[in-house]
Amino acid sequence: MRIVIDKDKCTACGACIGSCPVSAIAMKDDKAVIDDFCNFCKACINACPEGAILEIKDEEAAPAADLSAYKGVWVFAEQREGKLVSVGLELLGEGRKLAEIRKAELCAVLLGATEAEAKELIAWGADKVYHAADPMLEKFNDEPYSQIFSLLINQYKPEIVLAGASALGRSFFPRVACKVNTGLTADCTALGIQEETGHLLQIRPAFGGNIMATILCPNDRPQMATVRPKVMKKGEYDAGRKGEIIKVPVSGLVSKTKVVEIVQESAEGIVNLHDVEVIVSGGRGLTDPKGFEMLKELAALLGGAVGASRAAVDEGWIPYRHQVGQTGKTVGPKIYIACGISGAVQHLVGMQSSDIIIAINKNPDAAIFSVATYGIVGDVYEVVPMLISKIKEVKG
Amino acid sequence: MNCIVCIKQVPDAAEVKINPETNTLIREGVPSMINPFDVNAIEAAVQIREKLGGKVTVITMGPPQADAALREAVSMGADEGILISDKAFAGSDTWATSYTLSKAISKIGFDIILCGKQAIDGDTAQVGPEVAEFLDIPHVAFVKKIEEISEKSLVVHRHMDDGYDVVETPVPVLLTVTREINVPRLPSLKGKMAAKKAVIGKMDFAAIGAEEGKVGLKGSPTQVQNIFAPPVKGNRRMLEGPIEEQIKTLVDELRRLQCV
Repeated sequence: MRIVIDKDKCTACGACIGSCPVSAIAMKDDKAVIDDFCNFCKACINACPEGAILEIKDEEAAPAADLSAYKGVWVFAEQREGKLVSVGLELLGEGRKLAEIRKAELCAVLLGATEAEAKELIAWGADKVYHAADPMLEKFNDEPYSQIFSLLINQYKPEIVLAGASALGRSFFPRVACKVNTGLTADCTALGIQEETGHLLQIRPAFGGNIMATILCPNDRPQMATVRPKVMKKGEYDAGRKGEIIKVPVSGLVSKTKVVEIVQESAEGIVNLHDVEVIVSGGRGLTDPKGFEMLKELAALLGGAVGASRAAVDEGWIPYRHQVGQTGKTVGPKIYIACGISGAVQHLVGMQSSDIIIAINKNPDAAIFSVATYGIVGDVYEVVPMLISKIKEVKG
Repeated sequence: MNCIVCIKQVPDAAEVKINPETNTLIREGVPSMINPFDVNAIEAAVQIREKLGGKVTVITMGPPQADAALREAVSMGADEGILISDKAFAGSDTWATSYTLSKAISKIGFDIILCGKQAIDGDTAQVGPEVAEFLDIPHVAFVKKIEEISEKSLVVHRHMDDGYDVVETPVPVLLTVTREINVPRLPSLKGKMAAKKAVIGKMDFAAIGAEEGKVGLKGSPTQVQNIFAPPVKGNRRMLEGPIEEQIKTLVDELRRLQCV
C-alpha cells in the first residue's frame, strides 16, 4: 500500500500536516510531501478537503494459509481464584452474535477452575467449553497460559479468538498471537463482520481516544482481539442450555515465573473502577484532600466508586489506582460525575466513553463541559453537598 | 546486570488539542516526549544499575527525530542509546515492531529488558510481552514494585484488576512497568552534558539481521482499514436556573437511570 498526493489537486492548505499522528507530512514547494515514516493510518486522506490524497493498493498479498480451514468463535473465559470474571461472560454475549453471522459455533476456553465453572459457561451461551484443569493453571502465569492456548488454537483452528482487555488478557494474549503467528488488536470497543469478505472488523480508540480505528487481520488466522470490559452485553443466562465440555489433556507445561501470593485489594473497600456503574471523580478544583471524603459519600450513595484526575493524584490527595485518564485507567461507566475537573485531553480520553457525564465546575469555559451530558456551573463545595442531601431526601 | 530499556517517542498529550469542527487531534507544533511509562522504565533500570552495577542501554524504533528521546534518556542516567531506524520498518504493527525490536535486542545482549506498560498514543500494551515471546524469555507485565532483585532472580508486584500478584521470576526476563514503580529523577546538569555529547548508535534493517517480509507494513498481520471520529454522545446541555432547580433536574435523571 502507498499513500500518494495528487499534486494538481493539493492547495497547500496544510490540513494533512495537522492530521498526521507521526509527523510524516511536510510542505515542499507549496505541495504536501509524505516521507518514509508514513504509518499508513490514512488520517490525512479524511483530513484533506480537496480529496488530493489517495491510497494506492499494491497487489493483494496472498493469505499465508487456507483461511477457510479456520472456523468458530472462541472466547477466553478468565477466572480469578476459581471464579469466572465478568468480561468473559460479556464476550460470550458478543461472541454469539459473531458466531451467528459466521454460522459457526461459539466456544469458551477455561484454564483452571472446575467443571462447575465450565457448566456455567454453557449456561451463559457457549456451545463447547475447552477446559484445561491443572494445578499449573490455577494461578495466572503467562507462559503456561500461552502454551496451552496456542496448542488449542493450532489443533482446532478457530476463526476468531477474543479475550478481555483485563490485566491478565492484555498480558498473555500477545504471547499467544506471536506463538500462532497472527495479528492481535488491543482494547476493542466494538466488533463486526465485514460483509464482502467475512473478516472481523475490530474497532478501537486510537491516538489517545480521539479517533476510532477499524483494524483488519486479512491474511492470517485466527483473528485475535482483546475487548474492553463493560463494553459488551452478557447474553441470556439459561441453566438448562446444553453444551459439550471437552477436557483438554495437560502435560509438560512450564513456567519460569511463579505467583507466590495473590493480594486482593477490593476486599479492603477498594473498588475496581472497571466494575462499577457510577464513578465520582475529583480534580484540582477540590483544592484539598478532604474534598474526596465528600465524593466518597456521594459515590457510596450511588453505589459507585471514586476516581480522580492526574492533577489530584499528583498532589498526593488520593492514590494512583484511582486515576482516570491516559496514564491511569480508561473507564466507561453508566454515569461519570466529574467534580472540579477542568477536562485536560489526557483525562477526557480516559472517561469520554461513559454513557452519561455530569460535570460540576466553577469555570463555565472548562473543557470538561464539552463532553458533559449535563453541566452545572458552580462551586463543588456548594453543589455536591446539595446533591448529596437531595439524593438522601429522595431515598427517604 | 545489563538492562535494555525500550522507549517510544510520542506527542506530548498535554499539548494536544482537539479541533472542535473535525473532532480530530491537532498535532501540528506539538512537542514530542518520551512515553511517560517509559520514563519510569528508564528510572527502574538506572536504579538496578546503582544497586547491582552493569550498563543501561536505551533503544527505540522510530524516525531519525527519535534521537532526541534517546538523548533525554541519557540525561536521566542511561549509559547509551541506540536508534533502530529504517524506512523498511515504516507501517509496523505490534507484531512487526516486536519482531524488529527482538532482533535488535538479541544483537545487543541483556539480562533484564524494561518497557513502559504501554505507549500513550497506541495504548496496546502488546509490544513488551511480544518481544519476550520472540526472545523466548519470561515476562511480567504491569509491574508496580520490584521487591527483591539479585543477579539471578527478582520478586516483583504485578498489578491486577483486583489487587496485585507477587511474582518470582528468574533472569533473563522482560518487565513492563506502571507509573507506581518509582518517581523518575529529573535530568542532572551532568546528565544533560552527557546527553549532548552522547554518540547515539544506529541499527538499520541490515544491522539487526531481520528477515524480509517480517518487518514494516508487509510484516504486519493487522492493518488499519479506516479511521473515523468517535460518534458524539447524546445531547449535551448546561443546566440553568437556580441551583436548587439544577440539582432537582439532575436527581430526577439519576432516578430515571435507576441509580437512586
